[in-house]
Amino acid sequence: MRRSSDDRKFRLSTGAFAALVLLIVIGIGFELTRQSMLSITKFGLKFWTTSTWDPVSGDFGALPFIWGTLYSAILALLIATPIALGIAIFISELSPRVLRQPLAYLTELLAAIPSIVYGLWGIFVLVPIVRKVEIAMGAKPALGVGMLSAALILAVMVIPFSSSVAREILKNVPSTQREAAYALGATRWEAIKVAIGFGKSGIIGAVMLGFGRALGETIAVTMVIGNSPQISASLFKPQYTMAAVIANEFTEAADELYLHALIEIGLLLFIITVAVNMISRLLIWSMKRRVTAPIIAPILEEAVA
Amino acid sequence: MTANLRRRKLFSHFFEILCGLAVVIALIPLAMILFYVIKEGAGALNWDFFTKMPKPVGETGGGMANAIVGTLILISIGALFAVPVGGICGVHLAEYPSTKFSSVVRFAADVLNGVPSIVVGIFAYGLLVMPVKRFSAIAGGVALGLLMIPIVVRTTEELLRLVPGGLREGALALGARRSRAVFGVIVPAALPGILTGILVAIARVAGETAPLLFTALGNRFWSTSLTQPISSLTMQVYAYANSPYDDWHRQAWAGAFLLVMIILTLSIAARLAVRRLERMNRP
Amino acid sequence: MITLVLEPEPKAATSQAATSMNDDTKISVRDFDFFYGAAKVLHGISLDIPARKVTALIGPSGCGKSTFIRSINRMNDIIPEARASGTIAIDGRDVYRGDTDVVELRRRVGMVFQKSNPFPKSIYDNVAYGLRIGGMRNKRQLDDIIERSLTRAALWHEVKDRLQASALALSGGQQQRLCIARALAVDPEILLMDEPASALDPIATSKIEELIYELKDNYTIVIVTHNMQQAARVSDRTAFFMLGRVVEYAETNAIFMNPKEKMTEDYVTGRFG
Repeated sequence: MRRSSDDRKFRLSTGAFAALVLLIVIGIGFELTRQSMLSITKFGLKFWTTSTWDPVSGDFGALPFIWGTLYSAILALLIATPIALGIAIFISELSPRVLRQPLAYLTELLAAIPSIVYGLWGIFVLVPIVRKVEIAMGAKPALGVGMLSAALILAVMVIPFSSSVAREILKNVPSTQREAAYALGATRWEAIKVAIGFGKSGIIGAVMLGFGRALGETIAVTMVIGNSPQISASLFKPQYTMAAVIANEFTEAADELYLHALIEIGLLLFIITVAVNMISRLLIWSMKRRVTAPIIAPILEEAVA
Repeated sequence: MTANLRRRKLFSHFFEILCGLAVVIALIPLAMILFYVIKEGAGALNWDFFTKMPKPVGETGGGMANAIVGTLILISIGALFAVPVGGICGVHLAEYPSTKFSSVVRFAADVLNGVPSIVVGIFAYGLLVMPVKRFSAIAGGVALGLLMIPIVVRTTEELLRLVPGGLREGALALGARRSRAVFGVIVPAALPGILTGILVAIARVAGETAPLLFTALGNRFWSTSLTQPISSLTMQVYAYANSPYDDWHRQAWAGAFLLVMIILTLSIAARLAVRRLERMNRP
Repeated sequence: MITLVLEPEPKAATSQAATSMNDDTKISVRDFDFFYGAAKVLHGISLDIPARKVTALIGPSGCGKSTFIRSINRMNDIIPEARASGTIAIDGRDVYRGDTDVVELRRRVGMVFQKSNPFPKSIYDNVAYGLRIGGMRNKRQLDDIIERSLTRAALWHEVKDRLQASALALSGGQQQRLCIARALAVDPEILLMDEPASALDPIATSKIEELIYELKDNYTIVIVTHNMQQAARVSDRTAFFMLGRVVEYAETNAIFMNPKEKMTEDYVTGRFG
């Protein structure tokens, strides 16, 4: 009996730490809501649909930041996804075996570079280049900072994430699928398309993971986007994202309402990124499950017969 | 060869080349960033950088001694918080992998992993800054620790699961209590891998800036106090980059170079450790 | 355990007396060697496989029969360290010649695998796959060929009302017949089957065997099987492989009732393998 009470003590005490992790996540949602109550009660749903951001008069509307966040993240996805997929396909299907590890490592290196270093490079190298391009294109305004630079830098930051997950997915596609395609007279690319088709949901999950990352990125974006709360479809106008405005104005927030408004933006960011992450993990999990299913069915049949 | 076949083969080669191009395109920014960081940063790195404090606004010279120490202190606080919490949580998940509770916790850790670091910063602010109305190293350290937890949980759980079950049975059969068996036998067996996971977690948070902006706040002066604002390499680089002074820009690059070196070293160390572990565990 | 260390090298070449059969030879193999890297896996295979008959390849695991059958449609090309020498000629033309179009070859030589591997698409799209990549777009043409292929694979009546349903919803035996239909759709001349029924229950297996019997009127079939009774039931000729060599190759009846080589006799009477 001593054994089982030891076991129970062990289980409970380790479980307490596990529960702590759970509590932290719940706590984040809870705290964010609590600390944005003033803003939630004062503005309600209008907060998400108005564009005035006036700390002086205490009138806050977060639409420009939502716009900037979504716009920059979607643009980044459009640029990054084909490249990330191309890399995943190249490394897992096309490259000679010796190159695989080094290439994989190089893409991971991209992921290891901290946001501040991206931002530094962004300000001093990327923005001047973009400015020259904008001037050459006759764009107005041609500041260099703006949506285009933000989208580009986000794309580079997102590529390694989506690519490594996509690579994992492709690795998990059973080789028998490609063999079936080859045996029917498929070219290499057609066989790859079959593999991608099999891993479709997982690959979408990989892309969404990158999207979630882009939504929450702060420092690199704020250093190149211009930080101007305007809603514009123009790639060249400076704009603002949710994460950036929090980073820039949090310590300036003189009164409680201002602070709560910023925290409410943080709450929305939390909800969106958690939702995107959950969906993407669901997609990836459902695809991993599909890999094992066809193996199980015939075995089950044998057992039954 | 029919026309159809010829076309399909052309397509195949075309798309294969595109994929290769994708790799090249992705490597360009990597090369550029490393190039600039090394070019601008390595040159600006000097003894002063490591030993001197930041000069007042407008004056040239000085260094980031306080920022370097600040980073070390913040990471240490973070690890002090994340390793026990994340590690023991991982132990629980590895020992009771199929309970509903464990699935929920695992899911929570995944969620935490995806939370933007600035949101975690807000949480740490609400918890540790607002009640005492002051910014502190502890608040910043805890924010970093929160970011480290999911990585520590996942690596600990995975590595403990890899330890052969026979080890636990053997220990228990010899009369050891569960806690003894786990912490005395299994964890040590998985320790190298767990330490690697911690290295990876540290590499991840060493480069964080956003959550520190309103927890540790930053500090122009020398401070090692846990209850005062403290500087970090990342925040200092951020501040200098946003300034109009060339000398500060130079130092910002130096700081970036140092950061990249630290993170690269940690990542390579972790990778080598993983490879050695894999080789050891292969029969 | 097999104790043949001291056995002399079997005189494999003399067993291929196919020419006495008056059949056309569809596949003619001469001195075919196959290497995985430095390891030689097939040694000097020489066979004549007759058209529109079923030829079975039997032998213990690892004897090279799967490697051999996959060499016929050059599926082994996918493996980076694989190398072949010798000739495999289909209708007189060596498929290992430099100017052979492998993609075209694989359309002419269909393959069915040990574990059925339908694509995660509808039944219709599975069978249509080979046709579509070949450029066929016309829906009526596709419908016709798909119906014909599914009928030939003895699956049509079971699935004709749910062609849009996912192929993965079918039972194991049905999935395998679907894979056969898929292979037949591109109208190959030769059908290679690598242990097609080994993952199936006895009822599904016998359905496949019936199918093979019906198919041989129109297709040259080469089947790898570890089930000797199956080989005896289904095939016209049988080749007994051992350690990468053809030990004996003759009419199926002869192999099983009256084997010439002792090794063959030992294997078919169950003394090993």
